Amino acid sequence: MKEILKTIADTFLKMPQGFAVTLRLMFKRPVTLDYPRKRETMAPRYKGKHYLERYDDGSERCVCCGLCAAACPADAIYMEPEENERGERMARVYEINLLRCIFCGFCEEACPEEAIFLGREYEFATDNRDSFIYTKEQMLVPYPRKENPFKRIIRRVRKVYGVVQSRR
Amino acid sequence: MLEYVVIASLKVITVVVVLLTACAYSTLLERKVVAFMQHRIGPLYAGPYGLLQPIADAIKLIFKEDVMPNRAERFAYTLAPMIAFVPAIMVFAVVPFSSDFTLFGHEISGVISDLNIGVLWVFAVGSLGVYGTILAGWSAGSKYSLLGGLRASAQTISYELAYGLSIVGVIIIGNTLSMTELVAQQGRIIDWYIWKQPLGFILFTICAVAETNRAPFDLPEAESELVAGFLTEYSSMRYATFFVGEYAHMIAVGAVGSTLFFGGWQGPWLPPIVWMAIKVFAFIFLYIWLRATLPRFRYDQLMDFGWKVLFPLAVLNTMITGLVVLW
Repeated sequence: MKEILKTIADTFLKMPQGFAVTLRLMFKRPVTLDYPRKRETMAPRYKGKHYLERYDDGSERCVCCGLCAAACPADAIYMEPEENERGERMARVYEINLLRCIFCGFCEEACPEEAIFLGREYEFATDNRDSFIYTKEQMLVPYPRKENPFKRIIRRVRKVYGVVQSRR
Repeated sequence: MLEYVVIASLKVITVVVVLLTACAYSTLLERKVVAFMQHRIGPLYAGPYGLLQPIADAIKLIFKEDVMPNRAERFAYTLAPMIAFVPAIMVFAVVPFSSDFTLFGHEISGVISDLNIGVLWVFAVGSLGVYGTILAGWSAGSKYSLLGGLRASAQTISYELAYGLSIVGVIIIGNTLSMTELVAQQGRIIDWYIWKQPLGFILFTICAVAETNRAPFDLPEAESELVAGFLTEYSSMRYATFFVGEYAHMIAVGAVGSTLFFGGWQGPWLPPIVWMAIKVFAFIFLYIWLRATLPRFRYDQLMDFGWKVLFPLAVLNTMITGLVVLW
């Protein structure tokens, strides 16, 4: 008998608390992002689609050493080397199969030339499998870099002060 | 005579049109309110703020293929949605929407039909919807449907006892079965029957939620149980009919509840029909709030609750009311 009364009293005390939660939540701003009408920028270390960097004079950083292909757990990178006009080693063919890629970032960590990075682009869905094999030309950053001049100044300032730079 | 028929027909047409629109938009209201209570947005893309969503749903349902299972009983299968739908609308024949008013020189009463046994009509006619459920479950010719239908109808008739008894207290105090009389007796807020019959109101609400198969008593139609329960074999407009019937029943219960316990269309300085709308809307919001907050009852818990808790409480309420009135 005592348990029944206790249960009833408990119910009458606890149930309104539950209802208060839903009512309170109703007036809070929803956390939903209205995608695709609105996009959110990803975090600086977000691992999206790859891009190949260049030196400031425009020459490619990649020397086709194969360390990224060796590090890749999904065996998504394929490359063939050749010699360029200056006698340096560079890649003739460099392909990443984005369907195999698991976006782990091992290639970025393995590269000794700081040539390959994972950027913040994630919207590259298409309707045929062949277009997912991205070639070197598709992944190289454009030269000269189209950049906001203020961003260049800010980057320099941050480099001077030793602030960790976010990549693209 | 002709004038009477014309006015009554116009009232009926108005009520039915408004009711069906309200049913359609209460689906949207439910989705939006449940969404906001779950910290998300509901339908957003069909029209501004999702306001055209019910129309989109209706068009989609109209274009769906109308399936009838091979083993289904044709006649009963077609009849069941109608039996589930029509009684819910018929309840509105006795609900007083507004005080008597004059329009173009004609004296018009705020009810479609001022029966002096209005309350009895509500419960007698409104309860006919159970046959729709049973028939739907059986006629689809599938074992899941049958079991779902039986469970749903068992639930409905179990809660009907307490449902009917919960308002007997109001009838005893009001000394009348007429809906318009009961509204007239609740002129001021202090006169509202909810103060005199709080237990009756609580019982009424809980039983009404169970009657309309709404959460937390929605086991018969829950998607994860028994597929869709007794609705498994229904598609397109038959399914839509069931659902509109359920929402119509919900609105009907809201209207009856606000008439019996909250003074119907009575209220200061706003037109009576607006007060009625506010009160019915408050009921619907309460239902949606319940759905968003509470988990589902298991079937045996549900039956236990109906027979062992609500029914004795309803009897107790009636006895106490009777004793108090006698003294």
